[in-house]
Amino acid sequence: MSFEQILFYLFSTILVLGATAVVTVRNPVHAAMFLVLCFVTTSALWLLLEAEFLAITLVLVYVGAVMVLFLFVVMMLDINIARMRDGFARYLPVGIVVAGVAIGTIVMAIWQTNFGHSDPVARGADYSNTRELGEQLYTTYVYPFELASVVLLVAIVAAIALTLRSRAGTRYQKIEEQVVVKKADRLRIVQVEAEERK
Amino acid sequence: MTFDMPNFVPAMPEIFVLGMVCLILILDLFLSDRSRVVTYLLSQATLVGAFLLSFGLYSGEQVLTFSDSFILDPMASVLKMVVYAAVFMVLLYSRDYLRQRGMFRGEYFVLALCGVLGMMVMISAHSMLTLYMGLELLSLSMYAMVALQRDSAVAAEAAMKYFILGAMASAMLLYGMSMIYGVTGTLDLSEVSNSVAGQERQLILIFGLVFLMVGVAFKLGAVPFHMWVPDVYHGSPTAVTIYISTAPKLAAFAMLMRLLVDGLGSLHAQWHDILVLLSVLSLAIGNIVAIAQTNIKRMLAYSGISHIGFLLLGVLTGAQEGYAAAMFYAIVYVIMGLGGFGMVILMSRAGFEADQLDDYKGLNQRSPWFALMMMFLMFSMAGVPPFLGFWAKLSVLQAVVDANMVWLAAVAVIFSVIGAFYYLRIVKLLYFDKPVIDEPFKPSFDLAAIFSANALAVILIGLAPSSLMTICKQTLGL
Repeated sequence: MSFEQILFYLFSTILVLGATAVVTVRNPVHAAMFLVLCFVTTSALWLLLEAEFLAITLVLVYVGAVMVLFLFVVMMLDINIARMRDGFARYLPVGIVVAGVAIGTIVMAIWQTNFGHSDPVARGADYSNTRELGEQLYTTYVYPFELASVVLLVAIVAAIALTLRSRAGTRYQKIEEQVVVKKADRLRIVQVEAEERK
Repeated sequence: MTFDMPNFVPAMPEIFVLGMVCLILILDLFLSDRSRVVTYLLSQATLVGAFLLSFGLYSGEQVLTFSDSFILDPMASVLKMVVYAAVFMVLLYSRDYLRQRGMFRGEYFVLALCGVLGMMVMISAHSMLTLYMGLELLSLSMYAMVALQRDSAVAAEAAMKYFILGAMASAMLLYGMSMIYGVTGTLDLSEVSNSVAGQERQLILIFGLVFLMVGVAFKLGAVPFHMWVPDVYHGSPTAVTIYISTAPKLAAFAMLMRLLVDGLGSLHAQWHDILVLLSVLSLAIGNIVAIAQTNIKRMLAYSGISHIGFLLLGVLTGAQEGYAAAMFYAIVYVIMGLGGFGMVILMSRAGFEADQLDDYKGLNQRSPWFALMMMFLMFSMAGVPPFLGFWAKLSVLQAVVDANMVWLAAVAVIFSVIGAFYYLRIVKLLYFDKPVIDEPFKPSFDLAAIFSANALAVILIGLAPSSLMTICKQTLGL
C-alpha cells in the first residue's frame, strides 16, 4: 500500500466515523462540530485528488462561514432533545430494516462493479487545477453556472420576502442620521465641582 | 483553449424572462401599494412576450447550444407555450384572491416568473446538470411561494414539509445522476444514451436509475412518494396551490421524457416495471383516498395523484404513440387542474376559503351558470364523454392496449370508475342539496370570464380533440 492509499483510508475512516457521529450524538452543538470534522476530512480527500481549489473552498465556505452560522442558530434555538427523541424507540426497528435493506442493495450493486475508468493521471507541480476549473466553468459549463446565479437570486428574494416585515413598533437603524451625528449631539461634558473627602 | 461563442438565439425566451424578472424586481421597489397592478401587468406581459418568442422560434428541427446542454425541439417549444399559457391563467385567477388577503406583492410575481424560468430550463435540458439546475430553480421558488402567507400556521407547516421532503428527493435524484455519470462518464443526455446502449455494467446503471426514479416520482407526486401532495395543496394559499398543481407537472413530464426516454431509453425494460408499479399504486391510492376527503383542496390533490398515474401509463408503453398520449394527458390535466382550483378561488371571498365540500351545496340555486361550468369540469375530470378528460384517458388506454398490456388498461378503467364517484358527488352537491349560505354569488368580472372560458374550453376542445392530439403527435415526430 502506497503512502497515498494509507492517507486515503485514514481520512475516509475518519469521515465515515464523523458522519455517523453527526446523526448519533445527543448534543446538537457536538453534531455540528462533527460535521466540521467531516468537511475537513473531505477537503483532505480532495487534496489527494489534486483538486486544491475545491478543497480550500470547502474549508473556507463551509467550515468558515456556513458552519459558524449553523452553530449560531443551533445555540440560539432552545431545542428540547428529549422531545425530539420521542418515538425514537418506536421507529427504530422499521428504520433499521429499511436502512439495512438499502445498505445491502447498495453494497451489492457497488461491490461487484467498478466504474470502468482508468486511474487518474497524477499531474506535476506546474499544473493548476484552479485554472482548469475556471476555464471549464466559464466556457463549457457557462449555462449551468449562470443558472446557479439565478438560483441564488431566488434564494435572496425568498429569504427577504419571508423575513422582512414591517410591524408596528419595530426598531431599526436610521443610518443617514447615524453617520451625520457629531460629538456634540451625543456627548455632554459637565464640570463637576470637586468635593472634599470627608 | 479556444472558445466559440454559443448560439444564444434558441434561448431567447429564457433570456427574455430572466431580464424581465430583474426589471420587475427593481421596478417593484419604487411602486406604492396602490400602483402594484403595474407589477402584475408586467408579469403578464412577460408571459405573453415569452409566448411570442417561443412561437417564433418553433420549427421542426432540433437545435443544440451551450455546449449541448440546451436543446430546443418541437416538444420543448410546445410544452413551454403551454406553461406560459397556464401561468398566465394562474395569475389571472389569483389577482383578486391575493389582493383580498394582502398578498398582492411583487414577490409573488417574481417568484412565479422565476419558477417559469426553472420550468423552461427543465423542458429544454439536454444535460443532467441543467436539468437539475432547472429543477432547483423551480422548487426553490415554489417552497418560498407556499410560505408567503406568513401568519398562517398551516401554510408554514406545508412549506416545511415540502422543503424537507423536496430536499431529500433532490438528493436522491443527484445520487442517481452521479451513479449514471460514474458509469457513462458524461452528463450530456444523448452521449449517456449512446454509452448506455453498449454498456455491460448494467447493475450499477439500474442502481442509478432507481434513485433517479425516486426523485422524478416525488416531483410528479406519484405513489408512494405522494405524501407531501395533499398537505402542501391544502396548506398553501389557493393562489399558490393552483400554481404548483398545474404548470410544474408539465416540467416534471418533460424531465421524465428527457431522463428516461432520451437518456436511458435502452433501459426501457427496467424502468417499465418501475413505472407500472408507480402508476397502479397512484391510480389506486389517488382514487380511493379521494373519496374520504371532505376538504375540496385535498380531494383535488388526490385526484391529481390519480391523473399522474394515468400520465405514467402513457410513458411506460415505450412507444411514440404512448408518449404523445401522455403529453396530451399532461396538457389536459393542466387545463382541468386550473379549472378545479379556479373553482375554489371563484367561490372564496375576503376572509372566507371555500375549501369544504359543504360550501358548494346548492350552488345551482345561487348561480345556475357557474354550477353548470363546475359540472362540466367535474364531468371532464371523471372522464365522461364528450368532455376533454375522456379523450385524454381514451388515448392513454389505447396506447396501453396497443402495447399488449390489456390487464393494465382494465385496472386503469376500474379505478377511474371508482374515481367517478367523488367527482359526481360534487355535481350532486351543486344541484340536489340545499344551499347553506344564502348570500348572493357575485364574482368579479375577470374572474367570472376566465373561469367560464376555462370550463368552456373543456367542452369545446372536447368536441374536437383531434387538433390538440395532432399537435402532440407532431411534436413527437408522428
